[in-house]
Amino acid sequence: MNDTRRGTGSIGRRLTLYLAIVAALLSLLSWGIVTGFARQAAEKTQDNVLSAAATAIAETLRSEQGEVWLELPYSAFSMLGAISEDRVFYRITANGALLTGYEDLPVSTDPSIRAGEVGFATSAYRGEALRMATVSRRILAGNRPVQVIVTVGQTREGIAEIARDLSRQAGFLSIAFFLIAVVLSFFAARASLRPLNEIAKAVSRRGPSDLRPLRRPAPRELAPLIAALNRFMDRLGQSIRRSEDFIVEAAHRVRTPLATVRVHADLALRNAQSEAERDRLRQMIRAIDESSRSAGQLLDHATVAFRSDDLLKDQISLRDLAKQTVISMTPTASMKDIEIDLEAEALCVEGDAVLLDNALRNILDNAIKYSPEDTTIEMRITAQNGEAHIIVTDQGAGLGDDPPEMLTQRFKRGRNAENIVGSGLGLTIAADVLFAHGGRLELRNKAEGNGVCASLVLPLA
Amino acid sequence: MRLTCFALGLGLSLSPAAAFEPEDHLWIEGSSDQVLRILSTADLDVFTPYLMAFHAEHPDLDLDYTVVSSTDLYDEIHSGGVYDVVISSAMDLQFQLANDGLARRHRSPITQNLPDWAQWREVIFAFTTEPAVVLVATEYFDGLEIPQTRQELIAILRDNPERFAGKIGTYDVRDSGLGYLFATQEDRATDAYWRLSEVMGRLQPALYCCSGPMIEDVMSGKLALAYNVLGSYAAERLADQSEGRVQILRMTDFSNVILRTALIPATAPNPTEAGTFIDALLTIALRDGAEDWPLPPLSAATASGSGFGPIRIGPALMVYLDPLNRRTFLSEWENAILEQ
Ligand SMILES: Nc1ncnc2c1ncn2[C@@H]1O[C@H](COP(=O)(O)OP(=O)(O)OP(=O)(O)O)[C@@H](O)[C@H]1O
Ligand SMILES: [Mg+2]
Repeated sequence: MNDTRRGTGSIGRRLTLYLAIVAALLSLLSWGIVTGFARQAAEKTQDNVLSAAATAIAETLRSEQGEVWLELPYSAFSMLGAISEDRVFYRITANGALLTGYEDLPVSTDPSIRAGEVGFATSAYRGEALRMATVSRRILAGNRPVQVIVTVGQTREGIAEIARDLSRQAGFLSIAFFLIAVVLSFFAARASLRPLNEIAKAVSRRGPSDLRPLRRPAPRELAPLIAALNRFMDRLGQSIRRSEDFIVEAAHRVRTPLATVRVHADLALRNAQSEAERDRLRQMIRAIDESSRSAGQLLDHATVAFRSDDLLKDQISLRDLAKQTVISMTPTASMKDIEIDLEAEALCVEGDAVLLDNALRNILDNAIKYSPEDTTIEMRITAQNGEAHIIVTDQGAGLGDDPPEMLTQRFKRGRNAENIVGSGLGLTIAADVLFAHGGRLELRNKAEGNGVCASLVLPLA
Repeated sequence: MRLTCFALGLGLSLSPAAAFEPEDHLWIEGSSDQVLRILSTADLDVFTPYLMAFHAEHPDLDLDYTVVSSTDLYDEIHSGGVYDVVISSAMDLQFQLANDGLARRHRSPITQNLPDWAQWREVIFAFTTEPAVVLVATEYFDGLEIPQTRQELIAILRDNPERFAGKIGTYDVRDSGLGYLFATQEDRATDAYWRLSEVMGRLQPALYCCSGPMIEDVMSGKLALAYNVLGSYAAERLADQSEGRVQILRMTDFSNVILRTALIPATAPNPTEAGTFIDALLTIALRDGAEDWPLPPLSAATASGSGFGPIRIGPALMVYLDPLNRRTFLSEWENAILEQ
């Protein structure tokens, strides 16, 4: 798990980061646009009011007895005061001569301003930026045409402040949008990575030998990954099967010639003349037995591995199964005058009878092998806590000091087994079978008296 | 070309820009050499308590307090006079100074507490709300209703010319900046103003430069009625002392409320101290009524007592200061008041 976390960082985080960067850019952009609009709108408002004020003044122009006359309308100035607390300047000229107002107002004497139109200009005046609206009007004084130019100007602080306020609000809004977008990006990234996580979980939930192809709906982007994974598992399965086949083949090939050698060695032992020769032949026979046992157990082990890949789910009566196994082991037991005492409840489990028989046989084989002659092996089949327990107890010397977990490992044999033929695979086979059935093997010395108590625990059907 | 051109430039029109004549002067010696120069339209008897209070808090400053008329004050600042604080009841002239960039900004926790209508751009600060009132000597109104509106006042004056001839006082708006402000605002607000002016004009009114002498003349019985007096506490106290002989009326159809304002000229040598002085004024202005000062507080209640807000501080105040408008207005006023 940890190894997958390291590596080149998290896609989720990267996705969130990219989305957040996009959101930040968009927020920034929208803030800029809103700020621009706000400024434009504020300036437009000021222009409108200035233009209205200048026009209102121009409209009061009249000629009285050959003189140009005007009266500044109160409303023109009060509306300028209403939009902001800005300074106001004005200048009214007739044919270029000052009629009233601020003489030094920087009016652009733009000849393009035609009568009735409003011209706008911005310039500095008395240390502040001034926005000015100018209208021109032609009026007859006596019989002479006089061009009157009315300019009204206002400083821009209020406008700037309104724009600043709006910009600040837009800024807050953009930040809020950005934060929401980041949170949403996080969830979006998580949601789009969910199929990947589910596939990873499905794969890691599998047992160590489960190499079935992955068949689950996945987004199009993940199909290549799944296909590659399935191809890989297929190849892996094939190669495992090939090596199992190889082991089976090898065991077979070893076993048959060994049997021949064993027959010849027996014959040779019978015809041997000297005690030394006999002794050598006995050692030879023992070695042959060991090899033969190993080959057999290797075969069985391979069978277990092979059959648990695609485990059968037959209904099996444990009592019937146990009876069969006991019958098949009775000859071996009788050789040591050992009795096998079976008491079984009628319990049913699901699984592969061949494998369960194999497991049980290995346990019984141990019980017989490691018990002295003329003893009894008890076999009890009961249900405990919703599980089936097959408890095999012998009257042997027990496991000794070796920890049971160690003894179930491959090729591991106890110190008490030195003079007894065996391969060290028996308990491994039994444990593997039980594990494949969702059960377990419990191995311990009996609480009182000598002997081993081995429990094969299986889930009830 | 027959054009009437008033190439006067704003400000020059109000009075010759010669050296002004102080009406009064007060010097309060402080412990340091620093002098706070204050130019004001408020009389000493009204303003001395404020100065003393400030002196008690800031005993290090010398206070140089000069009383002038509102037009002199305007001219003096406009022509570059060096003062730290300028106080005037002529809002329009104060506004013109600020608009023309002759005042500087001041910001403090107290100014930020001011209601919007009591300041402009952190440059002009109002520290009183003072209504324009009518002062009447009740002995002249024997057998007559005391008028409550301009309509009633017009009717009474028109119906009793012999009783009121020469007994009416009002501002000479040509001299008094405050009188001009009252008159122009009334012109804007009520059409009764011109009819009233015409009726008063027929009664040969006495014209005054300032509120003080007008109040005195009503007290002494020389006048039956003074129109548009600044109704400060001083006037109220005088009326109280008169045992009912003098009454203060606020016209219920419309009544002006002016704001007495302070600003710091751009040329102020001690702007920080000037700010402190203005803060002190504003603190008194925002008092909650318990203390007794010669001038009324800044109160929304006074400001909108008759349903009309105080005169707004804003560019509209410049309209009647425009030489053309002023000339038109004064000629109409002269026609109404001085003819007949
Ligand atoms: N019933 C038992 N009593 C005493 N010791 C046992 C018993 N069963 C298992 N053992 C110990 O556990 C070891 C491992 O058992 P396991 O069956 O795996 O191997 P084995 O019996 O030696 O060889 P194999 O069964 O493959 O021929 C044995 O060598 C033995 O020491
Ligand atoms: Mg064994």
